[in-house]
Amino acid sequence: MTQDLIRQREQRIGWLLLTPALILLLFVFAYPIGRAFFLSLFTENLGTQLQPIFSGLSNYHRLIEDGRFWESLWNTSVFTGVSIFCELVLGMVFALILNQSFRGRGLVRTSALLPWALPTAVMGLAWAWIFNDQYGVVNDILSRFPFWETNITWLGDPTRAMLALIVADVWKTTPFIAILLLAGLQSIPEDLYEAHAIDGATPWQSFCQVTLPLLTPQIVIALLFRFAQSFGIFDLVQVMTGGGPAGATETVSIYIYATVRRYLDFGYGAALVVVTFVLLILAVVLAGFLLSKARINVSGGR
Amino acid sequence: MATLTLKELRKQFTPEVVPVKNITLTVEDGEFLTLLGPSGCGKSTLLRLIAGLEQPTAGTVWVGEQNLNAVNPGDRNMAMVFQSYALYPHMTVADNISTSLKLRQVPPAEITQRVRTVADKLDISHLLGRKPRSLSGGQRQRVALARALVRKPDVFLLDEPLSNLDALLREQVRGELKQLFESQNRPVVYVTHDQIEAMTLSSKVAVLLDGLVQQLDPPSRIYTHPANKFVAGFVGSPQMNLLTLDCQGKVAKLGHCEIPLPPLAQVPKLIDLGIRPEALSVKGSEVSDQELVIGGKVFLSENFGRETLVSLRVEGSQDVIRALIPPDQTWNPEYTKLVVPFSSLHWFDAETGDRL
Ligand SMILES: Nc1ncnc2c1ncn2[C@@H]1O[C@H](COP(=O)(O)OP(=O)(O)O)[C@@H](O)[C@H]1O
Ligand SMILES: [Mg+2]
Repeated sequence: MTQDLIRQREQRIGWLLLTPALILLLFVFAYPIGRAFFLSLFTENLGTQLQPIFSGLSNYHRLIEDGRFWESLWNTSVFTGVSIFCELVLGMVFALILNQSFRGRGLVRTSALLPWALPTAVMGLAWAWIFNDQYGVVNDILSRFPFWETNITWLGDPTRAMLALIVADVWKTTPFIAILLLAGLQSIPEDLYEAHAIDGATPWQSFCQVTLPLLTPQIVIALLFRFAQSFGIFDLVQVMTGGGPAGATETVSIYIYATVRRYLDFGYGAALVVVTFVLLILAVVLAGFLLSKARINVSGGR
Repeated sequence: MATLTLKELRKQFTPEVVPVKNITLTVEDGEFLTLLGPSGCGKSTLLRLIAGLEQPTAGTVWVGEQNLNAVNPGDRNMAMVFQSYALYPHMTVADNISTSLKLRQVPPAEITQRVRTVADKLDISHLLGRKPRSLSGGQRQRVALARALVRKPDVFLLDEPLSNLDALLREQVRGELKQLFESQNRPVVYVTHDQIEAMTLSSKVAVLLDGLVQQLDPPSRIYTHPANKFVAGFVGSPQMNLLTLDCQGKVAKLGHCEIPLPPLAQVPKLIDLGIRPEALSVKGSEVSDQELVIGGKVFLSENFGRETLVSLRVEGSQDVIRALIPPDQTWNPEYTKLVVPFSSLHWFDAETGDRL
């Protein structure tokens, strides 16, 4: 009886302590999403003199037919998928290197973080110059090799512009993943590797059978963080290509931004936001479901 | 079938840190060698040199006729039990045990059969599906042992495998280990800082200090004939009484006592005398001329239940002697006489510490 009472009281106090955070969450997340959904049921653009007129699900009908939206979604997915994959592979390589002891490791670790610390807009501008077709460093370097085309228009060609964006993004966020994975690597006791070596494993086998499984929580966290960030990428694209050429690098955020701020189509912009949000949530839920099937706990347990 | 041989092994980490200086040893099939020494004396380093986890600065490791210096740890066919057990946390017990077999591409049917046999032997069959996280310390220790046994290796290496168990369990597992490894008939190298483990388990004990073997002998001889002052003080509990005495002519002076010296080529100025507390007893009615009598005042007694440890300040000196006596024995609190047979005295060179 007393046990139950104590537990009840603890639960009450628990809820009490949670309330402020819940209220904050409500205002910061739930309200804007709800408001966006509400807005998306109205037509409110230059055609209506910016007056909201209830139009039901018509914005959503329009969205399904809107090729530009689906293209931007595809662009975002390509950008996200390729850049995260490269970042993960490179980040793992860096983490493994930084996990070795060598002279000046502290310095290397710190300087490896620098790209991550730079403001995206600044480094985006720098990368835009690096890929500039006339004055860019990339073309300069390539022109020194024989048999290479010179003056490649990097940002003016659909595929190459996407490539340039991915390179810049990988450059910026690989350190983040490397540091995250490094923290995970350092939590793996050395004697596991020694035991595995005595068991007869090669270093590659140890990597696959000891490092990767024990690093899964960190990998998953890195993936989730980067997925969320990368899917909403705006600043880098805005600065480097502005979504061009001809919409080839237009991401969802850029499209939404243009819809709302340039075409002043608020109702439709809200519908875009809602659909993107739902798709993102679905992706995360799917990932979470798959991971829980693989019996991996993101918080590092089990 | 296999003999483990270490020849003039040396490991130097930095010019100051040389945990293994020059060690030569052989361990035959079925021999149980214990490396005994205080913490930090290089026991683990020596074991890791044998396993191939460290490369020797000089010297060689052999199994049979094969020089292993250039052989990877995984190809040495040695099994090691780590002090931390080093179980793979993400694998079940069964996977932990079978990893080495899988890596060696043993057929699955044989793996299943061998894992089951060894799990039965160690009584962990019901744990095979669990992860190490959910096991108790004793169970983890068994899994670590099973992982070593399942391989049927040429050599077993164990690094303080009992040090993470509580006292009661340690005693029980110690007995089991002894039976287990007697049936394996392989060279076993066992590292411990616990002299009781060393005494009970081993067929041979190597006492280590400063990267050198101080004495390599069967446990009983280590106890009865310690090779030097360090071994004498390290082995045996309570610790041996070690006294530095002045020599005068053919006797050493302990308070008012005059103790005849052993036959020596040259009488030194100082000499070290060692007397085990358990060799001393409170003087009975008569004393034979084969016994040394030491008189003094008992200032401390500690009852262990099984016996009593009395500390006596020797008459006419500041030296303290401790004696283990039966718990029901009484003594005169003002003046007590302890006796010890002359044959139980240990003499050591005061400078080198070597046994005389
Ligand atoms: N990798 C290493 N680098 C430098 N010094 C080491 C290394 N491994 C062990 N040592 C040192 O060697 C000495 C012996 O260590 P160890 O063999 O672990 O002792 P123990 O007898 O307690 O097992 C210690 O002083 C330790 O600090
Ligand atoms: Mg050790």
